[in-house]
This record gives sequence, structure tokens and C-alpha cells, in this order.
Amino acid sequence: MNCLRNNIALIVVALSMVLLPFSARAAEEGDGKIDVQEIVMGHTGDSHEWHITTWGGHHISIPLPVIFIANDGSWHCFSSSRFHEAEGGVYNGFFIPSEGENSGKICETVNGQEAKVKLDISLTKNVLQLWIIVVLILLIFIGCARWYRNKQPDSDAPKGFVGFIEMFVMMVNDDIIKACIGEKHYRRYAPYLLTAFFFIFLSNLIGLVPIFPGGANLTGNLAVTMVLALFTFFAINLFGNREYWLDIFWPKVPVWLKCPVPMMPIIELFGIFTKPFALMVRLFANIFAGHAIVLSLTCVIFITCQLGAAIGAGLSTVSVIMMIFMDCLELLVAFIQAYVFTMLSAVFIGLAHQEEHEELPAAQ
Amino acid sequence: MPSFLTPEPGLLIWMLVAFLVVFVLLAKFGFPIITGMVEKRKQFIDESLTSAREANEKLANIKAECQTLLQEAQARQSQILKEATQTSNQIVAESKTKAQEEAARIIEDARRQIQAETERAQRDIRAQVADLSIQIAGKILSREMQKEEEQEKWIDQILEKIEN
Repeated sequence: MNCLRNNIALIVVALSMVLLPFSARAAEEGDGKIDVQEIVMGHTGDSHEWHITTWGGHHISIPLPVIFIANDGSWHCFSSSRFHEAEGGVYNGFFIPSEGENSGKICETVNGQEAKVKLDISLTKNVLQLWIIVVLILLIFIGCARWYRNKQPDSDAPKGFVGFIEMFVMMVNDDIIKACIGEKHYRRYAPYLLTAFFFIFLSNLIGLVPIFPGGANLTGNLAVTMVLALFTFFAINLFGNREYWLDIFWPKVPVWLKCPVPMMPIIELFGIFTKPFALMVRLFANIFAGHAIVLSLTCVIFITCQLGAAIGAGLSTVSVIMMIFMDCLELLVAFIQAYVFTMLSAVFIGLAHQEEHEELPAAQ
Repeated sequence: MPSFLTPEPGLLIWMLVAFLVVFVLLAKFGFPIITGMVEKRKQFIDESLTSAREANEKLANIKAECQTLLQEAQARQSQILKEATQTSNQIVAESKTKAQEEAARIIEDARRQIQAETERAQRDIRAQVADLSIQIAGKILSREMQKEEEQEKWIDQILEKIEN
């Protein structure tokens, strides 16, 4: 046991020593200073190319298609590598500023001023990541569903991967969705909640993979969580029953709280929006923070390396151990956040389907 | 406001499209098939358990029935055996009494016949003896009575006897 522990420590130190010289150079700016904020924001944010590594001063990245509507209403579609090839990074009058308010966004010059284009629907890093996850999730679940073709209820239960997926799906279905919405109404919402769960879970997991097919910060992006929260918002409110709306506009509180000044109805009405909003922010903040912490810990290696070999090696070891710990924690968070999002959505949907309250005789 | 707090409309649109695609496809071809099959299997297992329980109950019933049938058969067997023994005993006893009766009857017949024969023989013998004695008496008398005095003596004797 002791021997094993020593070995692990040795490997960690050795790895950090080997990786340091290459990586440190990669993260250095021209003047040798490391801008931690830019690194963290650059990696957690979106970009028009998929940066893989920097080798000997050259950026190695996958160029992605840029699609947008310019301010004059014209459509444009070209590869993002055009920006690098073009003189001064300006292609057809469009450019991506590296700093300022519009940093990382496609801009053009309108009336002598820098302005964002009208609508940028480029296939960015996050969008590509999104479609990779879409393909993966469809492959996994439709593939598993195809296994059931020509199967009868009395044939053997699936084994291996299909068995695992079946177990996973049934765990979410029975322990989260059925338990939170209730036996009566859960069937209508199960497909949405299962899709949301596995989409979030898979995105979280793939976001932890540091190299190409993964690594984008998808569920740590407000736009993505906003769409998910929007779906939950509609799932809650479109099918809410009479009781649910009665509870919002005429809740069972003393009359003076709702009659001349509709205090409680206003609060309840806010509740309709704060519930999905909380879901949106919770998922975004958790995943964003996880990525930011791991990236910051990575930056610690480069910063301490500049201070000297001894300090660099010592602190880097600590940092690598912390990173491993954080990555393990993020694995846990990946599941927990998917679980929490699905469970809370299910709870809110369940609240929109509550049964008739028992009339209390002396309620008022 | 930092850039990561302002959702990009482009990504918003893509996410909307992508999630809708995933949702529609999985809601149609993915999850309902998996959960449906699991539910069907669960139902099948439940039904199997119920039918197994029923079969077990039936088996137990059949066993009990068999037991009762066996017991009945055994009871019947012993009863039949008993009856048979009784009947045979009865038959033996009946035949015994019949035989005894028959024997008694035969013996009685024989006795009666013997008696009859004896009587007849006695009668014959008596008749013959009487005949003989008459003849003998006649012969003796005829021989004795050839002499006068003899006759007289005889008559006297008889007279004497009568007088006495």
C-alpha cells in the first residue's frame, strides 16, 4: 500500500516535470506573462475554431465554419481559417477582436465603429460539441432501443452495454421521474426528462475530456442551460392543472394578502419564472465553476514554473494532485447536476399536477 | 457584464434545434421502447409469478386430492377385504351348517331306514317265528296228540291252569 502510494507520487511528479516545458510555453503570452483570466475565459467560453494545442509557436486548431448575417442583412458563410490567412485578420471586412467588449465575436466596421454582426449562427466549438453529443446520445439510445426489436417480453433481459443503459434509464425513470411526478402523470413527461438527464450527463462528462471530441464547456454555457430551463418552463406551465393556477392566482392565504393588493399572486407569479431560472443558473454555475477551477489549477503550474524550478516542481505536484481530485469531483458533479436538474424539473412538474387540496374548515 | 453571462443567440438557436431533434427522436424511437419493454417484461414476470403461484396451489390441491383419494382407496380396500373375509367366513360357516344339517339328515334317514328295516325284519322274523312255532307246535301237537292219554293229560293241564 505504501509502495503504491510512493509510486503514484513519483508518477505525478514525473508527469508534471515532463509536461511542464511544453505546456508552459503554450500558455505564455508574447512577453512571457501568463494571463490566467484569459486562459480560463478562453477555455470556458466559445470560439470560432477548436483549439487543440500550440506547438512551437503555431496554433494547432480545427477551423470551423462561420455563418452569420451581417448588419446589412447579407448572409455570409466561410471557414474561420480565413481570418488567419487574411491580412491583419480582416476578411471581407469582418474580423474577430481579441480584446474589448466584443472579444471573440465576429465584428464589422459600421460608420467607423466596431459593431457585432446581426446574427451569428456559426458552427462554433460549442455548437460542434453540441452536435457531437447529439450524435452520441442518439447512437447510444436508439442503438439500445433497436436491440429490443423482435424481442418479446419473455426473452432474456439484455446484458452488457444494453443492459447497463436499460438499468440506467430505468433508474432515472423510476427513482427520479416516477418518484417526483407521481404514478399518474409521469408517463407524459418521462421522455423529456430522460432526454434532459442524459443530455446533461453526457455533456458534463464529455466536457471533462480535455482533448478534441470533448472539452467544450457546453453545460457551463448560459445559452445551453437557458434552453433546457425553457423546456422545463414549458413542461411545467403548459400542462399545469386548475389547482396549479388556482394556487398561483388565488392561493390559500388570508384574504388581505391577496385582495386589494395582490401580494401573494405577484410572488407566486414570480415563482413561475424563478424556478426555471434557478435551474438554469445552478447547472451553468456548477459546471462553469468546475471547469474554471480545473483550468486555474492548471495555470498554477505555469505560474509557479516561472518562479523557479524547485518551487515550480513542488507546487505543480500539489496542483496536479488537486487537479486529479477536482476531476474526480467533477465526475461526481457531472452526475449530481444532471440528477438535480431532472429531479427538480420533475418536482416542479409534479407540483403543477397536485391533487385537489382538502378543504380546511377554518382556513380563513 | 462578462461575456459568459450573456447567452449567445447563435448557440441558443443551435441548442434549441439540437435539443428538439434529440428530444423528438428519443421520445419516438428511444426511451419509450426501452421503458415500455421493461414494463412489459415486469408485467410478464408478475404474470409468471402469479401463474406459478396458481400452479403451485393447484399442485398442492392435486396432491391433497391424491392423498384423500389414496386414503379413500385404502379405506375401501380394507373394507372390501374385511367384507370378503366376512363373506368367506359366512360361506364357510353356512356350508358347515349345511353340511352338518345334511349329514344329520342323512344320518336321520339312515336311522329311520334302519329302524324301518329292523321293524320289517322283526315283523318278518316274528311272522316266520310264529309260522314256525305254529308248524312246530302243530307237528309236536300232532305227534303228541296221537296218544289218548297224552291228549287228556294236556287238556287237564290246561284246565288246571285256567282254574288256577
